[in-house]
Amino acid sequence: MTDHRPRLAVYKFASCDGCQLQLLDLEGKIRQVAKRVEIAHFLEARSRIEPGPYDVGLVEGSISTPEDIDRIKEIRQQCRHLVAIGACATAGGIQALRNWGHDPDFLSGVYADPDYISTLTTSTAIGDHVPIDYELRGCPIDPGQLLEVLTAFLLGRRPNIPSHSVCVECKQQQTVCVAVARGVSCLGPVTHAGCGAICPAHGRECFGCYGPSEPANLVSLTGFYEREGANRQTLGRLVQSFNAWAPAFRQEADRLALPADTETRS
Amino acid sequence: MKTIRGISVKSLTRVEGEGSLKVRLVDGRVEIAEFNIYEPPRFFERLLRGRDLAEVPDITARICGICPVAYQMSSCIALEQALGIVVPPAINRLRRLLYCGEWITSHALHMHLLHAPDFLECESAFSLPPEYAGFLEDGMFLKALGNQLLEVIGGRAVHPINVAVGGFHRSPDVVAIRALLSDLERGLEAAHRSLAVVSRFAFPAAPSPQRRLSLISADEYPMNHGDLAISGGAELVQAPIAAFPDYSREFQVRQSTALHSRLIADDSPYLCGPLARLSHNLAQLPDGARQAAEGSGIDWPSASMHQSIIARGIEVIAAIENAIAIVRDYRAPPRPARLELPRRAGSGCHATEAPRGLLYHHYAIDNAGLVIGATIIPPTSQNQAQVEHDLMTILTRELAQPQPPSDASLTRQCETLIRSYDPCISCATHFLTLSISGR
Repeated sequence: MTDHRPRLAVYKFASCDGCQLQLLDLEGKIRQVAKRVEIAHFLEARSRIEPGPYDVGLVEGSISTPEDIDRIKEIRQQCRHLVAIGACATAGGIQALRNWGHDPDFLSGVYADPDYISTLTTSTAIGDHVPIDYELRGCPIDPGQLLEVLTAFLLGRRPNIPSHSVCVECKQQQTVCVAVARGVSCLGPVTHAGCGAICPAHGRECFGCYGPSEPANLVSLTGFYEREGANRQTLGRLVQSFNAWAPAFRQEADRLALPADTETRS
Repeated sequence: MKTIRGISVKSLTRVEGEGSLKVRLVDGRVEIAEFNIYEPPRFFERLLRGRDLAEVPDITARICGICPVAYQMSSCIALEQALGIVVPPAINRLRRLLYCGEWITSHALHMHLLHAPDFLECESAFSLPPEYAGFLEDGMFLKALGNQLLEVIGGRAVHPINVAVGGFHRSPDVVAIRALLSDLERGLEAAHRSLAVVSRFAFPAAPSPQRRLSLISADEYPMNHGDLAISGGAELVQAPIAAFPDYSREFQVRQSTALHSRLIADDSPYLCGPLARLSHNLAQLPDGARQAAEGSGIDWPSASMHQSIIARGIEVIAAIENAIAIVRDYRAPPRPARLELPRRAGSGCHATEAPRGLLYHHYAIDNAGLVIGATIIPPTSQNQAQVEHDLMTILTRELAQPQPPSDASLTRQCETLIRSYDPCISCATHFLTLSISGR
């Protein structure tokens, strides 16, 4: 009997495995998915690998070795739709901190022997190397959003993922604003929604797991925190975490790295 | 003329992260048996430098999506050591409850979804025989139960956000914690049923690691606290955690982006993880788990590495029993649930028991509270030398048979062995400082 179910493939590059784990964390739902979708390539979950092409490819992790560049190009050819999942795949992950090259011996002496794994000086998003059809944000991604994206691609519609900020999620939940009430430097106003604003609900700052929202006025926000007494280096580190290489956070990190009085304002 | 056979598995499956297997046989002898880790390094120890110590548990969590709590716990306690602060017992209990969640979910993932198919001749948990539907159901329930603990205490299941150096950002309220009780009780039944199922598996002959390293504790089955215990030598060696670098050394090998470890005393490889923990701490298991361990008929540590699946089953029961006891007695810790952190230079280390074995962290901080040095030694990299030693043993034994098995059968045996270690390859990797070699 020919299997007519849509075919799913899951791939991993430099990452922690947490995003593809969310697929297994869909618990009961994974079996529903498995009934409707053929999980054709998923090394972590099954030993048999069905040959491509695939209808949807989920890619976790960032591109950080020369071999990765070749592999993602092959994967792109194998997948009708390619979805980058998580901060590593959409922004290069925390390992992208090396992209600044501040630490000159960071990569000192990459192995000369071709048998050894060589490493690029950068860690970059999947979309920097091949065209992708969708980016699902988060460190880690949210299982509910993953299910929505999978469903949407299988039904041939756009995923319905809100693009507003974490700040809006706080307001929806009536969480007291940690920035206003307690003077905490919080990235909620400039961070993409999706986590459910869990950090402010736990009395702490949002630290940007889902990357910059659209649009995000970083300069205005960090300027406000600076006027409230926040330290410039602390703010710099706040935007330099899991989504540090996402353009809006990256530019702000570069701006904050300059001493305040030498900054050129346009 | 030499006959050379090679076995190569490019991508090991049903393991966390990316590894491969390479075997080279010359004239029927094993020349190379390598558990090759090719996961790209992410240089965590380097990128922690210059970060504020309060940021560390949020960053080290990202080393592993399967065991982020282990990283958070080892980080927090090592940094508290560096600052010279000790959290109150109420925080310790909450940390243990959180860790129970991670043990339950990680062990259920490995037992039910990744490892069990090996003993049922299936390629994945999705193709288990119909009579194992209930087993899979129990596995999914347990996995969800562990996640529920992580969510209630940690804010979310993968990369919890509520953990802080000095305690928690917010203490969970009593109602939310007590509400876990009924599912924990259901989970305990599911865990006993699961253990009964895996205990009936037919285990192929497998080597049993000679040297074992874990925490040992007189008060409780060790997760966050205890001393080091190293067994399998002339006598059981016990030492404070801070002495870890005096007992185990890391070294670099060609085939892996993770460092290997050996015991300094006799240069032997060693095992860490559930079998090591169980053999050192049988008496500290809570009642139900201890009865299960004693009733298993296994002389712990088992003579077969494959029976790590039974040890995991026992530890799931132990974690649920511990969690039930903590939940029953839970009173919200006083607010704030987090100690003030002094700013002072210092260094500190600590090790906790990740689901797959001992996880050691060492940090040096400056007087502004910024990290100036970090060392992280994860369990899978410690187990690598032992895995390769076991591969060599299995292959040598099989090739000595009058009718040596086919490549396919040898490959299967090697893969099953590697899986029995529950390797967490993402964890193992990202620490290597690359050095020039072969030039």
